[in-house]
Amino acid sequence: MRQSKIMPGFRPALGYTLFYLGLVVLIPLSTLVFKSFQLSWQEYLAVITHPRVIAAFRVSFTTALGAATIASFFGFVIAWVLVRYPFFGKRFIDAIIDLPFALPTAVAGIVLATIYQPNGVIGKWLMAWTGIQIAYKPLGIVVALIFISIPFVVRTVEPVLQEFDTSMEEAASSLGATRFQVFTKIIFPNIFPALFTGFALAFARGVGEYGSVIFIAGNLPYVSEIVPLMIITRLEQYDIPGATAIALTMLIISFLLLLIINLLQMWIRKRSGQL
Amino acid sequence: MNTTHQVIGKRQQQALTDPVWIRYGLITIAMAFIGLFLFLPLAIVLIEAFAKGWTAYFNALSNPDTLSALRLTLLTAFLTVPLNTIFGIAAAWAITRFEFPGKSFLTTLIDLPFSVSPVISGLIFVLLFGSQGWLGSWLSAHDIKIIFAVPGIVLATLFVTFPFVARELIPLMQEMGSEEEEAALSLGASGLKMFFLITLPNIKWALLYGVLLCNARAMGEFGAVSVVSGHIRGLTNTLPLHVEVSYNEYDFVGAFASASILAGLAIVTLILKSILEWKQSNA
Repeated sequence: MRQSKIMPGFRPALGYTLFYLGLVVLIPLSTLVFKSFQLSWQEYLAVITHPRVIAAFRVSFTTALGAATIASFFGFVIAWVLVRYPFFGKRFIDAIIDLPFALPTAVAGIVLATIYQPNGVIGKWLMAWTGIQIAYKPLGIVVALIFISIPFVVRTVEPVLQEFDTSMEEAASSLGATRFQVFTKIIFPNIFPALFTGFALAFARGVGEYGSVIFIAGNLPYVSEIVPLMIITRLEQYDIPGATAIALTMLIISFLLLLIINLLQMWIRKRSGQL
Repeated sequence: MNTTHQVIGKRQQQALTDPVWIRYGLITIAMAFIGLFLFLPLAIVLIEAFAKGWTAYFNALSNPDTLSALRLTLLTAFLTVPLNTIFGIAAAWAITRFEFPGKSFLTTLIDLPFSVSPVISGLIFVLLFGSQGWLGSWLSAHDIKIIFAVPGIVLATLFVTFPFVARELIPLMQEMGSEEEEAALSLGASGLKMFFLITLPNIKWALLYGVLLCNARAMGEFGAVSVVSGHIRGLTNTLPLHVEVSYNEYDFVGAFASASILAGLAIVTLILKSILEWKQSNA
């Protein structure tokens, strides 16, 4: 971009940006790092390797992974249907996809718990027909996280599908490819980076999610207790160093995940030549 | 010859469109999923809120604790949304109109709050202002309450809604370029005049879009606010926290009545969002 000499407001705009960023985000976040220095390495390890904490990490990561995978499948189908097929009420359906972004998580939490509890609308039915209980089990966490995840996948795949150049499909079909081949060799590889981004965003959000999960999870230690709840439990016991250690570990893992995701994406883009 | 052409044409057509059974199969899967995961929850909020009739619903809403929770939620949004909007405009102006070292790093930092778990977003303010926190003893000596009080709720909400306006404006203003603004300046307009006559009209839909999303999150935030609030009825409960407290006390009509207000807010947000998206694409 060309540097403009006459544009006004550089110093006040940048100055205010840095000041406000520091005050609202950076200083508060840095407390997490400094507070954890109060713990020795041994004390830190003792907090983190406590079996209940390890179990919480396992629950959080496996449920978020499962939910993001399931949401990726359904999100892809929904994006495909929305972009490729004409049907009645499409605009309306398209708008409702963002409901999980707009609906406060506490509301989502109590509603999902009500639906899936053993005498809820779906819970009762599932209980009678399959004997599976969803609410107050790890499966409940997965259901809540699928709800949270779906717009992430649809909203990253949809624009890429929309801009997808159908002349590639035409070229393949004129060379004799079947529909199945066109899909697996042309469409899917081109959509995959977007689908993976949606999956990763959903996963990262799912690991930290709190409001929609706690009502449906049952919060049983070692079984359905998530890391954010673990942090709150420590805080309520006035174990602030413990809460800080768990929070910092989780923050570092999420940043590492984001870094890996960004690198993977760069690699995928380079390989498919769409830099 | 004619028939082979037709055969090839038909095969090509088949490779470009999905067979009817796949088409209807996929539409069915998508609709079933949307019905089950999106429409059913919305319907259940209303069904549960009115489970014991209209009077119970309105009694729950006119409960003083519900009203004070609603007031606190509105107050929080009223304070946080303008602050983050001003920041968003300043940040977008600095980032899209000037070159300086560390620009892309700054853009990354602005998005940071989105990758922090809500619970951690609340925790950091406890570490800063809580009784065992950095400023804890100073604050208690001067009798200033931030944690378990309204200022903590406002600060935590500021943190979680921090990026919304900036991240809508930055790509738009980047793409727009600064030719129109430069023309106005070279014709003698002052900086402020240029901003209000050129920049603001050009970014208004994206700005409103960011404000809308920021407001929805500010009114609905639960995890971060829950950590700093202390859940004091009538004093530090926002509407989402009031939903939780009522639900945990088995006051389901009360919980779902408050939830219905928040669900209404979500629906209004979605409608305005669709309108703004339509305006933006036709702008």
